[in-house]
Amino acid sequence: MKHYILIIACCLFGIAYGQNCNYKLSGNVHDFHDGSAITGAAIYIETLDRYTTSDIEGNYSIDNLCNGILTLEISHLGCETKRIEVQINGDTQYEINMEHHIEELNEIKIDASGSSRLTKTSQETQLKAKTLERFSAFSLGDALKQVSGVSSINTGNTIVKPVINGLHSSRIVVMTNNVRLQDQEWGIEHAPNIDLNSAGQINVIKGANALAYGGDAIGGVIVLKPKNISLKDSLFGKTILGAQSNGRGYNVSSSLTKSWKKGWYATGQASYKRFGDFKAPDYYLTNTGMNSKGLSLNTGFKTFEKGFNIFYSYLNNEIGILRASHIGSVEDLVNAINNQQPLVQDDFSYAISAPRQEITHQVVKADFFKRFKTFGRLEVQYDFQNNQRFEYDIRVGDDRDKAALDLTLKTHTLKSDLKIDSNTNAIYKFGINVGFQNNFANPETGVRRLIPDYDKYDFGVYAITDFKLGDNTNLDFGLRYDFSKIDAKKFYITSRWEERGYDEDFADIVIDDLGTQLLANPVLTYHNVSASAGITHQFNANNSVIFNYGLANRAPNPSELFSDGLHHSAARIELGDLRVKQETSNRIGASYLFKNETLSLNIESYLNQINDYIFIKPTGTELTIRGAFPVWEYEQTNALLYGLDVSANYKFNDDWFLNNKTAFIKGRDVTEKEALIDMPSFKTVNTLGYSNKKWLNFNAQLQSELVLKQNDYPDNNFEVFIPPTEEFVLLDISTPPPTYHLMHFESDITVKLSEKTDLNIGLNITNIFNTSYREYLNRLRYFADDLGRNFMLQLKINY
Amino acid sequence: MKTLKNLSVLFISVLVFTACSNDDDNPEPVNEEEVITTLTATLVPTTDGSTITLQTRDLDGDGPNAPVVTVSGTFAVNTTYNGTLALLNETESPAESITEEIEEEDEEHQFFFETTNSLATFDYEDFDEDSNPVGLAFTLTTSATPGTGTLTITLRHEPNKSASGVSDGDITNAGGETDIQAVFNIAVE
Repeated sequence: MKHYILIIACCLFGIAYGQNCNYKLSGNVHDFHDGSAITGAAIYIETLDRYTTSDIEGNYSIDNLCNGILTLEISHLGCETKRIEVQINGDTQYEINMEHHIEELNEIKIDASGSSRLTKTSQETQLKAKTLERFSAFSLGDALKQVSGVSSINTGNTIVKPVINGLHSSRIVVMTNNVRLQDQEWGIEHAPNIDLNSAGQINVIKGANALAYGGDAIGGVIVLKPKNISLKDSLFGKTILGAQSNGRGYNVSSSLTKSWKKGWYATGQASYKRFGDFKAPDYYLTNTGMNSKGLSLNTGFKTFEKGFNIFYSYLNNEIGILRASHIGSVEDLVNAINNQQPLVQDDFSYAISAPRQEITHQVVKADFFKRFKTFGRLEVQYDFQNNQRFEYDIRVGDDRDKAALDLTLKTHTLKSDLKIDSNTNAIYKFGINVGFQNNFANPETGVRRLIPDYDKYDFGVYAITDFKLGDNTNLDFGLRYDFSKIDAKKFYITSRWEERGYDEDFADIVIDDLGTQLLANPVLTYHNVSASAGITHQFNANNSVIFNYGLANRAPNPSELFSDGLHHSAARIELGDLRVKQETSNRIGASYLFKNETLSLNIESYLNQINDYIFIKPTGTELTIRGAFPVWEYEQTNALLYGLDVSANYKFNDDWFLNNKTAFIKGRDVTEKEALIDMPSFKTVNTLGYSNKKWLNFNAQLQSELVLKQNDYPDNNFEVFIPPTEEFVLLDISTPPPTYHLMHFESDITVKLSEKTDLNIGLNITNIFNTSYREYLNRLRYFADDLGRNFMLQLKINY
Repeated sequence: MKTLKNLSVLFISVLVFTACSNDDDNPEPVNEEEVITTLTATLVPTTDGSTITLQTRDLDGDGPNAPVVTVSGTFAVNTTYNGTLALLNETESPAESITEEIEEEDEEHQFFFETTNSLATFDYEDFDEDSNPVGLAFTLTTSATPGTGTLTITLRHEPNKSASGVSDGDITNAGGETDIQAVFNIAVE
């Protein structure tokens, strides 16, 4: 039938124009990357419903053509099928470029079912959309604990900071949609401002080997990417609805994507979460609610050769902090610890009152890329981030509702990356970035600034090479240089200035003397060099190994330099030091991977030696009108961290599997010959899973989580004098809580509602036996137990 | 390359803009309003005798200098003193009275008085709307036997005034946050 129409059409064409239809289209099909000829590419001439193929030299020709537009579809094994339109005007020559590099193709394909590693020789783990969706109601830090060796340091259960191999905060770089998150990550109560629902995949890279993202990621890099959008005409969406018993929480997240075959796309996503007071097995955790609103918009155009992207995201989190954790003196802390239960316990409420945080983070990004034939890919990106943080403390009088901390951090970054990949066996990447950051601490709070006003300037350049030695060996090297400069203006209490000895070392930076306060203008510059090297070798289909080395330098963060004052929930005075230098990490990693049909095993070991490791330690006490407080100062030492992360999966048959994730780490202060504080304890998670496709795609998992008591910790306990009784009481702030074991259950089924609509129903129970426990890396462990049992119901609709 | 050019123009203009809006003026100093630097207890004997003043003064707040504690004299045995407390923030000039703030929010505050060696007993003389004690006004009655020891005055913010013993001045179950804890070495002669 088609033929007849075609013939008729051609005839009409011929009649109408009386045209000559004996023209010839010819040319060559070759690889976009290196220009080599592609043999045997199938060329389908859609307009004429005819086929031809390219010959051994990549040449092709099509005869008997009329003038006009011809649509061709070219396909080749391992290549993305390409559709082009060619203008025929007499005998015509046309060169066809094909792409057969999976890595590049993944960027424009939706079906990223294959693993898409960002690095070749790093210890890298990927979390896919399905895993992330389960954590829709939770935070980034919760989801990342699915990776062996990643734990978290918490303030309660809504402020969750990821810890990679024992390191966190400024030692971890978080990239969201290729923007390096700048959200005051230095603070331990400052969780990453990420709405997990906006990510389609997350890659966790341990260590500082991914130099493209920064040279100071001594702990590692977390890379979040939005869901990949395919180049086809489609409109699809996803909605997740969740409800949970603990905290009487509910959450909704929805996204909608429209894409066009020509390359245009647009995605909108929004999410909302609300929690009231969470509950430990025996009591409510008063004032631990949360209210979160997120929105992201992503639009642009892309083809294989060029494209641009405009991205905006907004996240507003209002987080309550356990009321009982707000204390005024060391004696209060003694009472809180000895009481074993929180001193403030109220009935359930959704209300969030002081102490609380309210943080708004916004990101705007625009990027543009172009691929050059037989050369590579160039990308230019500009991003702007605005981080607004309010912290409300328990205050009296007129200041009751005024924020105690009001910081606005603005960051501009311009960067460019160039990837030269015309030779697949030697790929080169170069990059440059410049950044400007301004921090503004609002004096309207009526509280002395914790972090001063500052301007920060950054500049970085890097070069990375990936070599392929034969089919089974990859080798890479990287080198990076970073410059940073902080220009701060900070008020010091005159007595503190003198106590720190700054009057001798920094007398020349005082720019104003107000009597009891001094205004200083520290200008600090840092030059950092980082390097990486790695090799992977695949012995056979089952066995492979990775070895890598990373050298990284990290400049001190504002908290380490400028901290100066009383920290309420810790009942301690924290002091930064202007003399703190950058720290230097030398990390060696070695991994063994085994994979066959039933067993997959990944063993990652590492040794991280950090010179001038910056940490905070108790150094004495100071007397104030509220009593004596311990003083904690930022100091530097030489540290050594080493450990082993294991993940193993064994399939008994198609239905049953057993999974193990185990992490072991030791952290030592080599100079003082003692343990480092806040090192994650030994943890092993065993999961027994069952799935049956016949029962509506039923999946169920029973999980056992065992966390042993941390026996290696520095003893920072001290004696507190209680004046009325004239007694000394030991304040035990060091002893980690005992071993705990929790059981969890997860299940889900998928119902097909229509051709294009799936409904997934999930039921999860965490802490099945309502076990009371406390976690060493939860800063509120002194005051209350961790969460009790929680039932969660989740509905997920894909349409 | 045009995009690159446009982006760099954008970037530079943003830098210039930020630099302009953020002119070189120095930041304003913050004079903390809520800091309590000074607690003065004035104790006037109901019978003959001299007034005794107890004071703790920490002019640098949470700074490194310790508070200066002064006691003007010794207490007489078997004597009742009428006590009043005054709180000041002397980081501001003129000094700001914090006493009034506590009077206004008296249901959220309570002072506790304790001595070692049973040197004295205390009674509250002022009460909040719920008839719970506050402690800005109090009486101190010294023991019949002479001795030396310490007198501790503690101010708790948001204590649980209804907890057992708290309204009688027992701090044990009070909870809340400590705003002041001042220890005076005293003698009863």
